[in-house]
Amino acid sequence: MSDPFPSSAPAVVHISRVTRQFGTKTALDDVTLIVPRGGVFGLIGGNGAGKTTLIKHILGMLKPQAGSVQVFGLDPVANPVGTLGRIGYLSEDRDLPNWMRVGELMRYTRAFFPNWDDAYAEELRTAFDLDPQAKVQTLSRGQRARTGLLVALAHRPDLLVLDEPSSGLDPVVRRDILGAIIRTIADEGRTVLFSSHLLDEVERVADRVAIIHQGRIVLTAPMDEIKDTHRRVTLRFGQSLDRPPTLVGALSCAGGGTEWTYICNGESGQLRRAADALGATVVDEASLSLDEVFVSRVRS
Amino acid sequence: MQIHISTNDGVAIYLQIVNQIKYLVASGRLAPGNELPAIRVLAERLVVNPNTVARAYRELEAAGIVEKRRTAGTFVSDQGSPLARRERIKILTERIDALLAEARQLDIAFADVVKLVEQRHTALQPARSES
Repeated sequence: MSDPFPSSAPAVVHISRVTRQFGTKTALDDVTLIVPRGGVFGLIGGNGAGKTTLIKHILGMLKPQAGSVQVFGLDPVANPVGTLGRIGYLSEDRDLPNWMRVGELMRYTRAFFPNWDDAYAEELRTAFDLDPQAKVQTLSRGQRARTGLLVALAHRPDLLVLDEPSSGLDPVVRRDILGAIIRTIADEGRTVLFSSHLLDEVERVADRVAIIHQGRIVLTAPMDEIKDTHRRVTLRFGQSLDRPPTLVGALSCAGGGTEWTYICNGESGQLRRAADALGATVVDEASLSLDEVFVSRVRS
Repeated sequence: MQIHISTNDGVAIYLQIVNQIKYLVASGRLAPGNELPAIRVLAERLVVNPNTVARAYRELEAAGIVEKRRTAGTFVSDQGSPLARRERIKILTERIDALLAEARQLDIAFADVVKLVEQRHTALQPARSES
């Protein structure tokens, strides 16, 4: 179900066959990924799967060793002004200058972005309860994340890139971040790309998902399609079996005796026909959470 | 309008919104003519993608539960329409199917289930008339 050319809308990010090695370790292995314009794209994967490396290519912080990266149709390494000026970025470690005050950081960042919106920046500062006089160094983890989010949002970027925005944050700040994602795309035509290992958040806000595992994209599809085509079916067989029969599209199977539960890739109708062909009855069928899809995909 | 979204049980979020709004309408907590929150407002409140809310509203509109009005907003339809009645019967049918399946698993005869339904109907009668 790979879906490399998903949309008629022009791509905001077009990564084509990118490979990247660090020493002997392959961080990205022949990655092709298209982020269409508009909507929220969730990049999910475990620690060290390659999410941050991929994002750094989009930001032009890494040059592809093989393959190509285009952002807004431009090469971000050759044309940082044309790309970075339209991107808002919040990094996982939220590397902000510690010695600055919040107000100074806002004025400093403003200089880099022609579209910086003072009124919006001030609105966000108030909403996030940030003191302009506070030194970045003294901010709590949550306030630091909010400050990073403010400077990423205040120029109303065409593309908002968030790398693990929620990691290590309390639920209140996480909600602010998800709220910012939702408001960003509610503005027509804006795009959000965010990486996360908190799959319930991704399931809530993403329209489209890519699963990255060991430097490879193992699945990329619209969220609706993922939900429609991944199911858990429990089959009952006429006699007790030591091993489950092979079911088309099965990613994993567990159970014993006459009842076996499969995690499957396929639509309901297909799965039922396949079960019929095996002479089994479907005793239970349900859709999966994104979490379950992810686990079955990276284990298989 | 109280809606609770869970990502644990695998049910698609748009479907959770559809089912819960149908339930609120069927149970009278949302009355005909009530206005639903704007898509963007509900999306922010539930912390879900606005497209998901839009899809839920489209499904509800197709099912005759709500209607878009020309000027602005989405409103609960008059539930007297045959489409809305069909929808209510559909919700009930799903519940009855679940009840019958459970009765079978618990080895309770169908006649006893019917008897139990009648008993419960009688038992709930006074509570109903109060509300």
